[in-house]
Amino acid sequence: MARLAALTGNNAAAEAIRQIKPDVFAAYPITPQTEMAEEVAQFVADGILDTEYIPVESEHSSMSACIGASLAGARAMTATASCGLAYMWELLPIAASLRSSVVMAVVNRAFNAPLNIHCSHDDSMGARDSGWIQLYSENAQEMYDNLIQAVKIAEDETVRLPVMVCMDGFIISHAVERLLLLEDKKVKNFLGEFKPAYPLLEVNNPVTLGACALPDYYTEHKKQHSEALRHSIDKIMGVANEYAKLSGRSYSLFESYQLADAEYGIVILNSAAGVTKAVVDKLRKEGVKAGLLKIRVYRPFPAAQIVQALKNLKVVAVLERTDSFGGVGSPVFTDISAAFMEASTKEKPLMVNYVYGLGGRDVGLEDIGKVYANLQAINQRGKIEKSFAYLQARE
Amino acid sequence: MKELQGWKDIPIGTAIIEAGSSIKYLTGGWRDNRPEHNKDKCTNCLLCWVYCPEGAIIVKDDQVTGINYDYCKGCGICSAECPPKVKAITMVKEPKLM
Amino acid sequence: MSDLIEIRWHSRGGQGAMLAVRTLARAVIKDNKYAQGLPEFGPERMGAPIKAFNRFSTKPFSLYCGIVNPHVVVLLDPSITKLVDVTEGIYADSKLLVNIGLSLQEVREKLNLKNGKIYVVDATRIAQETLGRPMPNTPMMGALIKIVPVISLEVLLDEVAREFKEKFTSRVVEANLAAIKRGFEEVSGE
Repeated sequence: MARLAALTGNNAAAEAIRQIKPDVFAAYPITPQTEMAEEVAQFVADGILDTEYIPVESEHSSMSACIGASLAGARAMTATASCGLAYMWELLPIAASLRSSVVMAVVNRAFNAPLNIHCSHDDSMGARDSGWIQLYSENAQEMYDNLIQAVKIAEDETVRLPVMVCMDGFIISHAVERLLLLEDKKVKNFLGEFKPAYPLLEVNNPVTLGACALPDYYTEHKKQHSEALRHSIDKIMGVANEYAKLSGRSYSLFESYQLADAEYGIVILNSAAGVTKAVVDKLRKEGVKAGLLKIRVYRPFPAAQIVQALKNLKVVAVLERTDSFGGVGSPVFTDISAAFMEASTKEKPLMVNYVYGLGGRDVGLEDIGKVYANLQAINQRGKIEKSFAYLQARE
Repeated sequence: MKELQGWKDIPIGTAIIEAGSSIKYLTGGWRDNRPEHNKDKCTNCLLCWVYCPEGAIIVKDDQVTGINYDYCKGCGICSAECPPKVKAITMVKEPKLM
Repeated sequence: MSDLIEIRWHSRGGQGAMLAVRTLARAVIKDNKYAQGLPEFGPERMGAPIKAFNRFSTKPFSLYCGIVNPHVVVLLDPSITKLVDVTEGIYADSKLLVNIGLSLQEVREKLNLKNGKIYVVDATRIAQETLGRPMPNTPMMGALIKIVPVISLEVLLDEVAREFKEKFTSRVVEANLAAIKRGFEEVSGE
């Protein structure tokens, strides 16, 4: 029987970690992830969770510890946010190219300066090219479900890649909401045992990992990693299907909400998708064909599927909680633009990119309503005047 | 020439799964001078064996039996460490290829 | 309770609004309804004016944002009316629950509240008398579920008892339960 629970996003993530039962959890507390790191520590201290909790002195060390543990054959997890993720930057591509199965909860928080502890997607979006799989979660339920699936994906022998699972800082991490939890035993059976490719501690079959590769072999290692990440998309879907059977909750690469016949679409990640759904419902009642595409799997990027889902819309706004300073647009916009460039389809919506919600700026029904109004105005004009804009910046 | 493998053929995650495979990497391919060992003068004090940074001094049953030129880089440390009264190792010019 | 009820709390950092919205949300969810207890995204300094939000519904909702048009405004500290317009965005029939030891008429005049339906409860005095400390959040929770009956008093008392037992002595738990009951009983409205 599923368990009805009232938890914050951080509580929900900690609960998932308890059920996942990592052999090693190495984390450094950072706002807004702190509650999660504390709660896991409490589980261990109370004897509820049999995990080696490594209270590291920095995020650089937490990721290093997780990489070593994972390659040795331990199920290794960590959690971080913002500057913490930045501080482990050096280790992220190492975790990925060594094909470790580390799973990390990221509580999305803005980068300084100015100092800010609230939500932007600067941290995980900045890490999008580090070779990790990235899953994004709208709410506490999705964070919980994504974390459990992430472990199964990361440890799959056809994948063997680390996974970052993201949720919005404060908006989700600190808000109490209703969710359903699985039984401990079900999670345990779903995940099974982790079997590393080349366990470091197997003395009869000694291996070397991460040794020097010169220009004659470096390319082959990276090509292999690149292919593995691209192909992980099948397994991510496979795990989602298995998980649906277990939980009754289905997940895909992205969620399409009223998108099939939509004329005006918003592409968005994480919690603001919830607000957008409420606006879509309202507009649909008014006869406006509004829709939403909420990306769950951002790396690997499901380019062909997204093109297919968006190609028949009239105007699309990609809303992003980060700025790729000096770029064509923010990361998701740039990816979708490139996806259309590469696709064979001639149909293509007009597309704009809006930066919103930086540093925890609340994005409400009115803000999203304005975006759909803009999209209708663009459709009437038949052209885009400004493809990139800050949605909420005061002039 | 060495056959290079493609990306599908190498183990994943940068793994080198053959233990001790570095022995195949012959690092002694380039020297200006090479040490030559004189068994008759040698007292088998093994100072050369202790100091050789490449492990290129061949020792059998506590006796220095020669130099492993596959790994010797010609640094001359063995010859320098060999006691002046013994002088069992002398550095000689490598023959030029061309 | 068929539709979504949105409640905006105004308080000062340190008065326990955060705990109140979270605990209320947990109690409502345990009663098999849908709820959210959401902090505001602002300053964290003790004494700074802050907002916190509750949403209650019988159906799922996906509003992960602040509340602009509240059905209920809870004022944990009436002095905040000098700093922020607590009636911003309210409906004509929105309820304003004020922690204050004044009559309904006095409150409307003194706080310059032009619209909405006013309810008062002297939560700070109740807290002082039950807990021995001016912590108005628990009596306000009792008062709130009286005027917004999403859950019974018993459900709220059960949840508070369960949560507080983990942190406080039984004397403090009992005092808080008494404060909630008094808030529930003593609230009066227009």
